[in-house]
Amino acid sequence: MTNKIINDFSITVGTANGSGSQTSNLTILRALFKMGIPVTGKNMFPSNIQGLPTWYTIRLSKDGYTARRDEHEIVVAMNPESFERDVEDVLPGGVLFYNNSIKTPIERDDITAYPMEVKGIIKEAGIPSSLRTMVSNMVYIGVLAQMLGIEIAKIKMALDFHFKGKEKPVAINMNVIEASAAWASENLEKTDNFFVEPMDKTDGLIMADGNTAAALGSIYGGVQVVGWYPITPATSLVEKMSTYLPKLRMTKDDKATYAIVQAEDELAALGITIGGAWSGARAMTSTSGAGISLMGEYVGLAYFAEVPLVIWNIQRMGPSTGLPTRTSQGDLKQAVSVSHGDTKHIVLLPGSARECFEFGWKAFDVAERTQTPVFVLSDLDLGQNQWMSEPFEYPDIPMDRGKVLWEEDFEEFEAKHGKWGRYKDVDGDGIPYRTVAGNRHVGSTYFARGTGHDAFANYSEDPDVWMEGMNRLNLKYETARQYVPDAIIEEMEDSKIGIIAYGSTTPAVIEARDLLAKEGVKTDYLRLRALPINDIVKEFVRKYDEIFVVEMNHNGQLREILSIEMPEESTKMTSSILNNGLSLTAEWIRDDILAKKEK
Amino acid sequence: MAKTNKIGLSKSEYKGAPTTLCQGCGHNSILSQIIAACYEMDMMPEDIVKFSGIGCSSKAPTYMLDRSFGFNGLHGRMPALATGALIGDPTLTGLAMSGDGDSISIGMGQFKHVIRRNVPMVYIIANNGTYGLTKGQLSATSEVGLTLKKQGTNELVPIDVCFEAMASNATFVARSFAGDPKQVKTLIKAALHHNGTAILDIISPCVTFNNQDSSVHSYGWGREHNTAIHDLSFIPARDEIMLEDFEEGTTQNVPMHDGSSVRLKKLDRDYDPTNRMAAVQIIEESNADNLLLTGLIYIDPDRPSLIDLLNMTEEPINRLKDEDLRPTAETLAEINAEMF
Repeated sequence: MTNKIINDFSITVGTANGSGSQTSNLTILRALFKMGIPVTGKNMFPSNIQGLPTWYTIRLSKDGYTARRDEHEIVVAMNPESFERDVEDVLPGGVLFYNNSIKTPIERDDITAYPMEVKGIIKEAGIPSSLRTMVSNMVYIGVLAQMLGIEIAKIKMALDFHFKGKEKPVAINMNVIEASAAWASENLEKTDNFFVEPMDKTDGLIMADGNTAAALGSIYGGVQVVGWYPITPATSLVEKMSTYLPKLRMTKDDKATYAIVQAEDELAALGITIGGAWSGARAMTSTSGAGISLMGEYVGLAYFAEVPLVIWNIQRMGPSTGLPTRTSQGDLKQAVSVSHGDTKHIVLLPGSARECFEFGWKAFDVAERTQTPVFVLSDLDLGQNQWMSEPFEYPDIPMDRGKVLWEEDFEEFEAKHGKWGRYKDVDGDGIPYRTVAGNRHVGSTYFARGTGHDAFANYSEDPDVWMEGMNRLNLKYETARQYVPDAIIEEMEDSKIGIIAYGSTTPAVIEARDLLAKEGVKTDYLRLRALPINDIVKEFVRKYDEIFVVEMNHNGQLREILSIEMPEESTKMTSSILNNGLSLTAEWIRDDILAKKEK
Repeated sequence: MAKTNKIGLSKSEYKGAPTTLCQGCGHNSILSQIIAACYEMDMMPEDIVKFSGIGCSSKAPTYMLDRSFGFNGLHGRMPALATGALIGDPTLTGLAMSGDGDSISIGMGQFKHVIRRNVPMVYIIANNGTYGLTKGQLSATSEVGLTLKKQGTNELVPIDVCFEAMASNATFVARSFAGDPKQVKTLIKAALHHNGTAILDIISPCVTFNNQDSSVHSYGWGREHNTAIHDLSFIPARDEIMLEDFEEGTTQNVPMHDGSSVRLKKLDRDYDPTNRMAAVQIIEESNADNLLLTGLIYIDPDRPSLIDLLNMTEEPINRLKDEDLRPTAETLAEINAEMF
C-alpha cells in the first residue's frame, strides 16, 4: 500500500432512481464536508420518478476544486441495470464496491472490487421487512465509512440534519450504517490506496444549492407576489420559498406579507407576476427555458409597459423538451431578446450559490430602478446541486424601490416638475416616474397598455410618438449598464490570453486556469455577471490579442452577443464551447484552449 | 351645477375617452351602464381598476372611468394580470371587460382558472358571437347556422359562457342583453358587491358584422327571445331598510358578504339562484328552447375568494414598508447557522 491517495478522488454511486439513494449520497457528502474536506456533489438523474439508473458523484478535493470530473476512482454499484457500465467506469487502479446480489461477472483485473452483503446486513440488523428496501442504500455508507475512513460521528450529524432531528429514522439508519461498518471490518480486507482524512478547509462554510439560495435571496429582497408553474429544474426554487416565507415574512398577527400563486401555465404565471408588479409589489416568477418561450408575449408587454419584475431561468438542455434533467447555458440569447419586436432585456448571471442569494435581492433593485423585466440565469447544475459556500451575506444596502410615486410623492412631483406622465422622461436617463395601481391620488392613474402610447400613456399610432418611445427605451437600456453587477476580473502575471465565462462554469474555469498555468499558459479571467456589458468588459476585451469565451451552449451565444457589442473585436474572440448535458470539466477547458490557442 | 352623487362627483367624472367603437355597438351600451352603476353606487373612480384583453370588447375600458387605473393586456390573458394586481391591492375593485374571442377561445384557460380561484372581480364578457376587430370571423359562441359574409356558415356547436362558468364552479353567473340596460345595470351593481369572480355574459350585438335578426347575438333576436328569470333589484347595504316595495312570497333576498343584497322578484317560475343543479338545468333548458335566458343564474356569496385564502395583511401588500419586507440580519444569521 504505497502512495496513499488522500482526499483527492471522486466517488460515484449508481442506483435506481426513486430508491431513496439521494438520502445516502447527501449524507456521505455532508459527512465529508463536516470532516473539513472540500467536496461537491452532482446528481445525474433521468427524467423519471422511479426505476431508471441514476448516478451521484462526490468529488473530494484537498485543493478546494469543485468542478465536475470525468474520472471515477471509486464506484459504488447498487443497480443491476447499470452494473456493466458502472464497472467500466472505474478508473484503472480504482475501487468498486458492489451489491453482492448482482451476479454479473466482473471482468477487470485492474481494479479492486469489494462485494457488499447488503441483504444479509439488513437482515442481521433486525430491520422490519417493510423498511428493508428503504434502508438498503445505507449499507454503502457504512461500508465506505469503514473502508475509506469517514467518521461515523459526522455521518450521524448529517443524518440528524437530513431528518431534522427526528430520532426514529436517524436511529434506524444509523443502526444499518454501524452494522455495515462492522460487517466490512470483519469481512473485507483493504487493499486499495484511497483514504479520507480530516482537514480544516470547510470551516465557516455552508452547503447549499443555488435554488435554495435564490429563494432566500428573493425573500430578503422583499418578494411579495410569486406567480409560478412547476418545471424541472426550477421547481425547488419556489418550493423553498414556500418553506421559508411562512417563517420569515408573517406579521405579528400572523398575516402574510406575500402571496404565492401556482398558475395554470407559464403564461398565467408571468401574467400574475406582471399584475403584482404593476400594482407596486415586488414580483417574480421562476421557470426554465421552455417556460420562458411560453412567457414570450407577456415579456414583451412587461418590457413595453415598463413593468419591473424578476424572472429566474434555471436553465436546462433545449431546444424543445431537450434533456430536461441535464444542464446547459443555452438560453442566454433568448433572455437577452425574448419577445417579438425590438426588445432588449437585462440579464444577471450568478456564478455561485452565494451569488444566487445576492442576485435574489439585487434583481429586484435593478428591476425597480430600471422599470423593466430582469432575467436571472442560473442552471440545473448551479440550482440543484449542493455547493460549498460562504454564508449568505445580508444585503449591504437598503432596498432601491426606484422612481415610484405614492400619493405624497405624487404631490411633490407635480409641484416640482409639472404635470406627471407615466412615460415622460423627466431626468433624461430614459427612466420615467411610475405610479402604481392603488395610488388614490386624483391624476396619478393611467391606462397601461401594450399598444403604442405617448408620454402620458395615451393611445397613439403617431410615427414620431412611436419613435420617441422606442428611443427612450434604448436610452434606458444604456442607463441600465451602470446599475447591473460589474464583471469580476482575476489576473495572472504576464498573461497574454483572456478568458470570459459566466455562471456555473466558474469552478471549471478556475481550475482550468491552474491546469493551464502548469502547462505554461497564463490567463486572465473575466467572470461576466450581467448583460448589458459595461466598460469593464470592453476594456478587458481590448486588452488581449486572444480571448476564449467559455460556455455551455452549441452556438457560442455570449461570443455572439459580445461580437455585436464590439464588432471590431469579434475576430479575436474564440468560442470554447461544449454542450452535452454535463457541466464542464477543467481538463476539457484546458485541452480545448491548448488546441485552439495560437502557438 | 351638475348633479352629484353622495361623494360629490358628477356622472362625467366616471366617463372615459370618447368611444371609437361602431355606432350602435352593444358594448357602448354596456359601458353606459357600468358608468351609471359606479356613479349611483358612489364609488371613487380611484378605487376601481379596469382590466381587459384584446378585441373590441377589450378596447372598451378606455371609454369609461378615466380616473381609474387600467391595464389593457394580452389577448386571452387578462385574468392573470388582474389576479396579480388585485393581490397587490385587494382594496381595489376589479372590473374586467372581455369578449367571446378573448375569453372563450384564446383565453378559455385563464377564464376558467380565474373562476376556480374565485378572484374577486367583475368579469364581463361582451358576447357578440363574432370577431369584430379582425372584421367578422366566426367565434366559439357563434350559433350553428350563422352565416357571415367572408366565413360562410358555422357548423360547429357553440360554447355557452354561463355553462362553462358553472362547470368551473363560478360563484356568480349572470346573463343579460345589452339592449336591456336596466337589467344590465342591476346585475353590474350586484356583481360589484360580490366577493368572488362575478361572470356576466352580456349578449352584445355587433352591428357591423353580426346583427342579422336571425342571429342570437342580434338586437332583433335578443328583444324577441329575452326571457328574464326574475325581476332584479340590487340593494346597497346602507339602503336596505329603505326599500319595502316587494311583496312577501314573490321575492327572494340573496344577501351579499358586505351586507347588501340582490332582491329577486320571481316571474313565472320558482327559481332559486343559490341552487347549483337548478342553474345548470335552466341553462340547458333555455338552450334547448332557443331562449335567451337572462338574469342572475347562480350565486354563492359564501365561498372564500383567493384573497381570503391568501391570508395577507390588512394593509394592501403593495403599501408595506421595506422593514416589513426584508427580514432582519439576525434571521439570516440563524438560517446560515441552520444550513449544513
